[in-house]
Amino acid sequence: MSPQETPSPRRKGWLGAFAIHAVLLLGVAFALYPVLWVASLAFSGSATPEPRVIPWPSEPTLRHLQEVVGATADDGGETVWIFGRQLLNSLVVATATALVGVLIAIPTAYALARFNFLGKRTGMGVLLATQMFPAVASAIPLYLILEASGLLNTRTGLVLCYASTAVPFAIFQLRAAFEAIPVDLEEAAMVDGATRLGAFVRVVLPIARPAIAVTSLFAFMSAYNEFILAATLLDDSKMFTLPVMLQRFVGEYDARWEAFAAGALVVSLPVMGLFYVAQRHLVEGLASGGVKG
Amino acid sequence: MVDIRLRAVTKRFGDTVVLDGVDAAFPDRSFVVLVGKSGCGKSTLLRCIAGLEEVSEGAIEFGGRDVSRLAPRDRDVAMVFQSYALYPHMTVRRNLAFGLELRKERREVIDARVAEVAKLLEIDALLDRHPRALSGGQRQRVAMGRAIVRRPAVFMFDEPLSNLDPALRNQVRVDIRRLHDDLGATSIYVTHDQVEAMTLADVLVVLDRGVVQQIAPPIDVYRRPANRFVAGFVGSPAMNFLEGRIAQNSERAAVELGDGARIEIPPGAGFERLQRGAQVIVGIRPHDVVRGPEGSLVLPVELVETLGSHVHVHGRIGDMPFVAAFEGHQGPRKGERLQLTVGELHLFDAELGVSLG
Ligand SMILES: Nc1ncnc2c1ncn2[C@@H]1O[C@H](COP(=O)(O)OP(=O)(O)OP(=O)(O)O)[C@@H](O)[C@H]1O
Ligand SMILES: [Mg+2]
Repeated sequence: MSPQETPSPRRKGWLGAFAIHAVLLLGVAFALYPVLWVASLAFSGSATPEPRVIPWPSEPTLRHLQEVVGATADDGGETVWIFGRQLLNSLVVATATALVGVLIAIPTAYALARFNFLGKRTGMGVLLATQMFPAVASAIPLYLILEASGLLNTRTGLVLCYASTAVPFAIFQLRAAFEAIPVDLEEAAMVDGATRLGAFVRVVLPIARPAIAVTSLFAFMSAYNEFILAATLLDDSKMFTLPVMLQRFVGEYDARWEAFAAGALVVSLPVMGLFYVAQRHLVEGLASGGVKG
Repeated sequence: MVDIRLRAVTKRFGDTVVLDGVDAAFPDRSFVVLVGKSGCGKSTLLRCIAGLEEVSEGAIEFGGRDVSRLAPRDRDVAMVFQSYALYPHMTVRRNLAFGLELRKERREVIDARVAEVAKLLEIDALLDRHPRALSGGQRQRVAMGRAIVRRPAVFMFDEPLSNLDPALRNQVRVDIRRLHDDLGATSIYVTHDQVEAMTLADVLVVLDRGVVQQIAPPIDVYRRPANRFVAGFVGSPAMNFLEGRIAQNSERAAVELGDGARIEIPPGAGFERLQRGAQVIVGIRPHDVVRGPEGSLVLPVELVETLGSHVHVHGRIGDMPFVAAFEGHQGPRKGERLQLTVGELHLFDAELGVSLG
């Protein structure tokens, strides 16, 4: 946003400012309370922390964090840093899902936004219909397909499954973004000397950048957080993604909530980092629905 | 710097014929204005010439070369869009430079040309802003700059002034004509506006429902409209039309109107070949009547509009609406019966609408 458009700060006196900040702080506290509670649990040393109102760790310790982050496993006689593997799995799977999903969705969404072709309406309908089924419903067929194609227990297999659910959503998001870009702009670029592809790359894509950023982030997040498919399709702890790893701390007979909380904190860090980096695009993308001419 | 020929250009969208056999030849360096009612195909014709639409049939030639199948980028044209279509993610400087960058001009050349055009259009202070931080008038200038900077052979304008306020519109109109004269390119300009059409054009093209009605210098279109459509479309206020019949009285021809009124046809007006009794439409421009005691027409005054330099008097003759325009600011009063003498008049075939001149 250019400086010319930034609205001048409203002057309301310190009383008004105080009221606004009080309300905001209250809102933040409300939103953060559960998170703080998880954090306090993660740093608690006592075996069974007593329930309390103020989220503060009893007998503060880093033990659980160390246990989660430093987890190792035995791999054919060799000791491997299993947490590192799992973190890498999660990041690779989520990034690949976002990339594959958006790369497939961009040309599809553009075609749907700009051209008329046979089967367009039907195609859209089918795309929409796939969104109505929960991912779990497809877990068993996906298992069978991956087994048949030898992709069971691989990151590639997981990425394919995630991308297949990420793509339709990304298409709808990006189609709206492309439709909001006036055709005039592309035509101007073509008169200026660009090919159709050139106009797309130099004009449409940059303008749609915020929308593409939001869409990628959503795809990344959904893959990063997904549990059920990962738990179904992976059975080797070296292939696990972080949500599956977390799940092991709360087994059927033995719930280790401190370790679970510590793991949850660690798992959230990359996402928080990503949001922090991308926040400018996100605000732009979410606020304006992508673009304004 | 090319002459443009349109050979039977036809454009269909599905079954709808939007342009029907448009033939025209525009000389090099001429300023061509396309006018017509909304939806008559002006923009479509412009877009066909620019290469943004492919013609269904016919050919478009630039300097004798058939360009009908060429992409816009290969036609050496520039266009100013009604929406301006400035690239929102680029500064004004990059908007101007974009076309030159695509053509792989050297950096120094680009910078020099951008600076030159920015100075010419007085937008040098805006070069580092984004389009959203510009006023409408400034955006319009940037859009013009983006067209000029490439020095194309043909300039296209699709209603470039319609988003400006009237005062600015007058000023930019003059600027556009001046730029055209300085740059020496061929310009094609689409407008709804009478004043723009009359003042800018070397050649005026009047379109109706995808068919060319007349191609001529604007003053010829005004003084000798080819048919009733053109006559009614060009000129403001619009020409009045009355139904009548040719009558012969002694040696002079006249038109007899339904209510018995007679309008003498001035000798030498080119209407000698008229058949007695033929049904005609008489066209009279509001400015071509004068008030006089022995007028051939009587106009009962229903409404008077005072414009400052002129008054427009509205009424009915027979059952046809009629407007008369007089200089000055003293109009007649409502209810008065004005006697009018007709100066110049136009005759059209009652059925075909073609001019009988
Ligand atoms: N892509 C298209 N598909 C179908 N019909 C179209 C298309 N583009 C234009 N038309 C039709 O062609 C006709 C002419 O359109 P055009 O835009 O050339 O009119 P115009 O003379 O520029 O009108 P205006 O003065 O309102 O801009 C219209 O009836 C319009 O509906
Ligand atoms: Mg138009």
